[in-house]
Amino acid sequence: MLRIQCPYCGLRDESEFTFGGQAHIVRPPPECSDIEWAQYLYVRENSKGRQEERWCHTFGCARWFNVTRDTQTHIIQPVSGADEPSSVPDTRAGEYCA
Amino acid sequence: MQKYSFWSLLRRSLSAHRGWKPAFTDASLKPHYEVVIIGGGGHGLATAYYLAKRYGARSVAVLERAWIGSGNSGRNTQVTRSNYFYPESCAFYDHSLKLYESLGRELNFNVMLSQRGVLGLAHSEHELEMVRRWANAIVMNGIDAVMLTREEIRRRVPIINLDTHYPIVGGFIQERGGISRHDAVVWSYARGASALGVDIVQNCEVHDFLRSGDRITGVETSQGRVRAEHVVLSVAGHSSVLAARAGLALPITTMALQAMVTEPVKPVLDTVVVSPTIHAYVSQSDRGEIVMGAGADGYTSYAQRGGIPQLRATIAAVVELFPCFSRLRLMRQWAGAVDITPDTSPIMGLTPLTGLYINCGFGTGGYKAIPAGGETMAYTIANGKPHPLIKPFSLERFARGALIDEGAAAGVAH
Repeated sequence: MLRIQCPYCGLRDESEFTFGGQAHIVRPPPECSDIEWAQYLYVRENSKGRQEERWCHTFGCARWFNVTRDTQTHIIQPVSGADEPSSVPDTRAGEYCA
Repeated sequence: MQKYSFWSLLRRSLSAHRGWKPAFTDASLKPHYEVVIIGGGGHGLATAYYLAKRYGARSVAVLERAWIGSGNSGRNTQVTRSNYFYPESCAFYDHSLKLYESLGRELNFNVMLSQRGVLGLAHSEHELEMVRRWANAIVMNGIDAVMLTREEIRRRVPIINLDTHYPIVGGFIQERGGISRHDAVVWSYARGASALGVDIVQNCEVHDFLRSGDRITGVETSQGRVRAEHVVLSVAGHSSVLAARAGLALPITTMALQAMVTEPVKPVLDTVVVSPTIHAYVSQSDRGEIVMGAGADGYTSYAQRGGIPQLRATIAAVVELFPCFSRLRLMRQWAGAVDITPDTSPIMGLTPLTGLYINCGFGTGGYKAIPAGGETMAYTIANGKPHPLIKPFSLERFARGALIDEGAAAGVAH
């Protein structure tokens, strides 16, 4: 059971939250290529280790916020509000992608 | 290779089963191969077997970071079925089921396939309509599926509780679906491949790729450098990690999928029962354990252990369906790192890098696809073009928007 610190409500059980995938994804401009659009829609950071994620306190305050979590140990670093900037670079972009 | 038969068993039993040789050779790594397959699970071993058997490949290695079958191949709930929705998936998975039906003879190894039927339940009239649509799609794709009424379900599974919180109103069954023994599938492909000269190298972890421009020319492993003309990525939950080493970003999220077994009891359940609504996935193994599959934890995880909320939800659902299981003790619980794609369909075939092939994205349903996955990947490597059955599952389908959205179509994670 993960225990997640909601920045608004405090420490709560995992079952109150919904995982929202990678944080800080930027929507590409309308004139982007199909590959860039597919990357925006489908390709997500899938690190074995630390990654920045969005979580929603669905069964609580229903607000979104960002969490830095280790995907192997599930250790959660301090959380931040959804509008705060990222502290780590987006490493998704490979030379080739879907 | 020693041939297994009733007579060989009888003969060995007279000498107290001494003199059995290992089923496959634990090979040591050579500096060069024609084909290197990363991942010694079912898919990797089957790919090696069919490459050697059908296409006469004589220089093939399977590199496994731990021991063969230590990953998802030994962590699944052993269910084989082909009750998918879309024609592309039905064609691929039914081909796999057909290969399973003759696998014991093909490999001279009893994989204990038991086609005991896979029963899907509907808990409301609306869901029954969707189940009927699903069953009709399966029949239209040339696969067997039969709708069952409440009474027929009661006769088929006498111990089931039909009056759950959301009462069961009907369902459908694929009689050809069933279970087999997952370890036997891994061992039989390893034995078959090894006998045809494939090197199965265990405790050999791949760290990086060797590249020359847009061409993959080999791999860097914990046991040294290996050059190869063709490299196949067949590592399920770790696909993103390895693909990133080659500069390839995959639309995959790795999650923990857990399963559990109770203490063994006498035969009480002779079919596989699936309820998508309350998420129960139950069967009884030949050893007598009640095998239960849970849903994936809803977040990225490489932990290979499942979370408590999913464990509780699964047990609650199973006990509601089968109240007589409530006093059984849970014996083991475990999880595997599964590779979930946005449309819950696999990613198979060529990649933008020459010499690199990919077989991943099976998510929660890779076990049933082992024979077809291996056979079609072997074809793809031998012919330099994707097998017709896996063409729709290419990596570039995401940029084309040609998704095969099985998760949405059938309403259950595949």
